[in-house]
Amino acid sequence: MRRFLSPSALFKQVLMLSMAVAAIYPVYYMMETSLKTRQAWTQDQFGLPLPPTLDNYAALLEDGRIPIWFMNSVIVTTASVVVATIVSTLAAYAIARLSFRGRTFLLRLLVALMVIPPAVLILPLFLGMQPLGLTNSYLGVVLIYVGMLIPFSVYMLSSFFRTLPGELFEAARIDGASTLRMLWSIVVPLSGPGFVTLIVVNAMWVWNELLIALVFLQDDKRRTLMAGLTTLRSRFAVNEPLVMAGMFLGALPILLLFLFGQRYFVRGLVAGAVK
Amino acid sequence: MPYLLVAPAVAFIVLIYGYPIVRVFIDSFLSPTAARGTSVGLANYGFVIDDPVFWKSAGNNVFLLFGVPIMTVVALIVAVILFDQIRGWRLYRTLVFTPYILAIPVIGVTFVYLYGYNGIVNEILRAIGLGGLAQDWLGDPHLVMPSILSVIIYRELGFGVMLFLARMASIREELYEAAMIDGADWWARLRYITVPQLRTVISFFVVIELITMLSWVFSYVYSMTGGGPAFASSVLELYIWKYAFAYRAIGIASAVAVLLLVATSVFIVVQLLIRGDETDTGEE
Repeated sequence: MRRFLSPSALFKQVLMLSMAVAAIYPVYYMMETSLKTRQAWTQDQFGLPLPPTLDNYAALLEDGRIPIWFMNSVIVTTASVVVATIVSTLAAYAIARLSFRGRTFLLRLLVALMVIPPAVLILPLFLGMQPLGLTNSYLGVVLIYVGMLIPFSVYMLSSFFRTLPGELFEAARIDGASTLRMLWSIVVPLSGPGFVTLIVVNAMWVWNELLIALVFLQDDKRRTLMAGLTTLRSRFAVNEPLVMAGMFLGALPILLLFLFGQRYFVRGLVAGAVK
Repeated sequence: MPYLLVAPAVAFIVLIYGYPIVRVFIDSFLSPTAARGTSVGLANYGFVIDDPVFWKSAGNNVFLLFGVPIMTVVALIVAVILFDQIRGWRLYRTLVFTPYILAIPVIGVTFVYLYGYNGIVNEILRAIGLGGLAQDWLGDPHLVMPSILSVIIYRELGFGVMLFLARMASIREELYEAAMIDGADWWARLRYITVPQLRTVISFFVVIELITMLSWVFSYVYSMTGGGPAFASSVLELYIWKYAFAYRAIGIASAVAVLLLVATSVFIVVQLLIRGDETDTGEE
């Protein structure tokens, strides 16, 4: 039996439906525009791309910059996330499972650092790194990204490590396991979901980051995808579908990741606020 | 042993946060242009205080702060509706959250087109017979900030909905059952159970968003207007960036960075107060 909607349920449906449509519309617009020729787009911006064309994507690949920027983003994101995860795991383990002087202070400091705006840090970092040849280098940006990922990562991992059952550590200690041994054979194997969550959120942050990428990788061959994409609009000012194709390529990796692992995104982004 | 484990993380923090914060303070008192500056006292701060563009930028950040209550209320309403598990709520949840995972530059550039003369916003106005209200949304100095704020709200809303829903899911069922037995209606349950239970997470969201509006909006402005028309949509981050990398006036950029840091610190203290208990107690 199909029940009819009550007026209040109907109102809620209409409200949510319009919000959902508004939320997803820019993604749809990006996609449909990217599948049109410039001419088709000028005639009808909003209609379906019939027949769809992949010319814009082909043109971007041929241009050659997007594949390079894409690879740069992959390199920088992977390196930053891997190093940040390792460094944060060590620190989070100490904070969650060992007691030492300054432990509480360190955790508070990390919480405070989470909200320091990058805009405050970039100029002194730039001036400090320039003489060392770390500007326009992957190493320089990776160091900065790792540093900026650490506060949240340590915070999140340490609260995750705390939820592991203490008896396991007791048993291991009685068996004479060393501190590092316990990290490797208890903490790491049991924290799979925590790591996946953290990696997903951190990867999204680095992939999407603009300001640091813009300042530290100015050479066209070194640009990340996000920084590169912002140059597209002036370069192809008269070809909107081409720009939208570039934007859609930039959004696609994270969108795919999101489709397959939505719960990890949610868990990671919520981690700071909800216990 | 514990110190050895935290050493790499601490080293990164000293390098990426410690060094720049100290240096930005020192640089703010040095000659604005020279690479090896001489002290100029408070002259950089004086320049900034006298610069109308600085005040315009700071004012724009303050304007953005007013978007936070709107965003919070709307996110709360959406979360409450979805929490009732109306038909299709899972799909709605995913769709409303999607903008938050998109990169800001991608959203920004897309909205430049949506806000354009023949963009969807103006076309909708024309379609419903309000063509007279069609505007140059990003080109008009009076409209540009509200237009940018709408895009920020558009993206950040999903984050709030997600936070609130996650917290609602952990409210104990007995609370609602008891309220039902006492005859509490939908509104009473919202007013006396849901919202009070959400207090911590709401204040967390508000603080995070206030910080965002103050010091994390560079990507929006840069990708949509670059601060224009003229300086109508400049914000403090953009001001710092321009003085640092376009005008090469290190002292002035540093002075503004210090001011921004001080303003942000207020919220850092609030942030610590909210999470204070959490960082104390190890066990859950």
